[in-house]
Amino acid sequence: MEFFLQNVVNALQWGSFYALIALGYSMVYSIMMVFNFAHGDVFMTGAYIGFGTASLLLALSAALGLGLPGWTILSLTIAVSMVLTAFLGVLVERVGYRPLREAPRASAAITGLMIGIILETGNLALLGARRLSFPDLIHSTTYNLGGVFVTNKKILIVAVSLALMYALHQFIRKTRWGMAMRAMSYDFEVVPLMGVSLNVIAPLTFAVGSGLAAAAGILYGLAYPVLDPYMGVLLGWKAFVAAILGGRGSILGAALAGFLLGFIEIFVPMIFPSTLRDLIAYSIILLILTFRPYGFFGQPHSTQLRL
Amino acid sequence: MRHDDQPPTDSKTPMVEFAVRAQTPPSAMQRIRSSFSVIPMLGWLTGILCAVFIERFFGDELAYRLYLPKLPVLFGCLIMFKTPVLIPSALAYVILVYVIPVTATARLTAGLTNRLAAILDRGPIAASCLIHLGLLYLALHYWTDLSDYRLLVLKLTMIAVMLTLSLNLINGYMGEFSCSHPGFMALGAYSASTVTLLLFSNDRLFGAAVLPAAWGSYCFPLALIFGGISAAAGALLVAIPSFRTRGDYLAIISLAFMFIVKSLIENLEWLGGPRGMSGQPDWSSLPVVYAWMVACIWVVNNFVRSIYGKALNALRDNEMAAEAMTVNTRKTKITAFMLGAFWAGVAGGLFAHVMRFVNPGTFGIQRLAEVLAMVYFGGLNSVVGSIFGAVSINLISEMLRPLEIYKWIVIPVILILVMIYRPTGLLAFREFDVKAILRPKHSGTGQGA
Repeated sequence: MEFFLQNVVNALQWGSFYALIALGYSMVYSIMMVFNFAHGDVFMTGAYIGFGTASLLLALSAALGLGLPGWTILSLTIAVSMVLTAFLGVLVERVGYRPLREAPRASAAITGLMIGIILETGNLALLGARRLSFPDLIHSTTYNLGGVFVTNKKILIVAVSLALMYALHQFIRKTRWGMAMRAMSYDFEVVPLMGVSLNVIAPLTFAVGSGLAAAAGILYGLAYPVLDPYMGVLLGWKAFVAAILGGRGSILGAALAGFLLGFIEIFVPMIFPSTLRDLIAYSIILLILTFRPYGFFGQPHSTQLRL
Repeated sequence: MRHDDQPPTDSKTPMVEFAVRAQTPPSAMQRIRSSFSVIPMLGWLTGILCAVFIERFFGDELAYRLYLPKLPVLFGCLIMFKTPVLIPSALAYVILVYVIPVTATARLTAGLTNRLAAILDRGPIAASCLIHLGLLYLALHYWTDLSDYRLLVLKLTMIAVMLTLSLNLINGYMGEFSCSHPGFMALGAYSASTVTLLLFSNDRLFGAAVLPAAWGSYCFPLALIFGGISAAAGALLVAIPSFRTRGDYLAIISLAFMFIVKSLIENLEWLGGPRGMSGQPDWSSLPVVYAWMVACIWVVNNFVRSIYGKALNALRDNEMAAEAMTVNTRKTKITAFMLGAFWAGVAGGLFAHVMRFVNPGTFGIQRLAEVLAMVYFGGLNSVVGSIFGAVSINLISEMLRPLEIYKWIVIPVILILVMIYRPTGLLAFREFDVKAILRPKHSGTGQGA
């Protein structure tokens, strides 16, 4: 039982990365009906931006003799990197997606894929192939809760991701911007005629998604303090699958599918050899999609490829 | 010409003005274009053959005289990027060996080749095709004879042509966004390699050879076909869900299929697991790859120009309307998926025997990005586009090799620009009409067909 609960804790942590990244994919997909294949690499860049910000803040704090505590630096890092990565997301939209709005959707997916490759290569060219280790901002403390070992980092990661998801949910439900987004995801051809500009909503969507990805990147860096340029490829594609699995236009669905993927990936190695992890995870997804072709919460809609 | 017959008048009628304008000499550019538009395909092939022979006999000498360290292998691009001082020499070499001989021979023999092309045109199209393909093969054979690097690049390019063409069948003609091509390729590569390693080679996975090696080159096509068939069988896994869902969810299903295949192979220890398979016999020689590529182009081109191809296009544009117009959508989808997967599998088998090593990592996201880039660069719904896309992306990526890692910034930027200005690719929606290409081009028509 303790073993099981221990794995639940691990799965919650692992799933929250997927869920945060999947939200970015899902928002762009539900509003503009395009795949943002650059998102995985935006996540990677966000982690690197977080690394840069954290190192800078640590150096500043040491140089000025402020002696800022780790918690302050961490929250500052998350805030600053989310904003910076949001600008990166706007840039991706401006360069790769806005010129292709009338084009076939597959072409936009190709530009996204290419922007992702540029981000990876740019990172390799700037920083070299060596792996960077994320600064240890919080000293990890382990609590023993009735046989289940929980570190403060794990609690922090799950709590921050849940808080961000709740904030996003409130943003989508309560604000005028959120209402515009929901309207846009309902019909992005008619809603612009009602005075909601797609040129405002689309960058906003990319910005919010990228900000969440940056947060995921920093949290990932806290849990696994090794950054390499291809981490976006590893997590991004799986999160993409989770986003689609959640169903179009469903924030809750994307988050749930992200956690589901985390649970599958943690629990499969309990029973089977760990090399079978991907195989079983994708087979389950294939099975789910065969019986629920529109995801968990998506409505069947007539997707007409704009070719 | 027609205006000469008109009676000369002094009155300024629009007709005379038009006649005067028609008689003004054409610009230099127009003259060059019209003088080259009379060259038939046969003439171009003759020119290329001539250039190849010039390089074969005088290439080394010329390279030495131009202070080049060695024979420029890929049109001097590698030399240009490595040592910019040698750019003039490399350019001079390219002009002297390729540009001038090709254009001069093609233009000078245009009269003769036009007459020959006219004779061929009267005969059966198959004979004419075979002669043209034979000439092209001769040129490629002697061109690659000079360097092993060229040979490898050419073989991989031809395999890329097959892959691109087979993906275009699904993504371009049928209009789905299939991401499963590396998976099909992996299935083909591993099946074909298993057959050849099991039967004909002493290797660490399957032990000693079962059949004498002399049979090998006869059985190799069978091994490739086996690879293709197993890929086609795998395609059923993607094709059957495509009855119920299309578009985005099919993209996910195909992506999941690709990951499943990769992961499955990684877990099968008797296939070498993550370490891969090596030691395939070296049977993917240039004529073999060339013949398979020609067969692939022939089959796919005939398929898309047949009623099946039209059914595919109808399915893409509106599935419900197509069904109402008696298109059997299920059969069409399955046929297209299986045909595409079959050729991807054959290409994978050839690839395994060119590299003589495969591992599951070869067939991942990277490969998918490459193939998608080639399809969308060349153009959707077009056989010419696929050939053009595969050849140009492969050549560009080989030529930019001296840029090292920055190559992977330049190529994506090119692709993004292409996508922005030509969203369906450079040569999209073209028919590949062999007869029109091989037809003689007589001076006077000036159209160049």
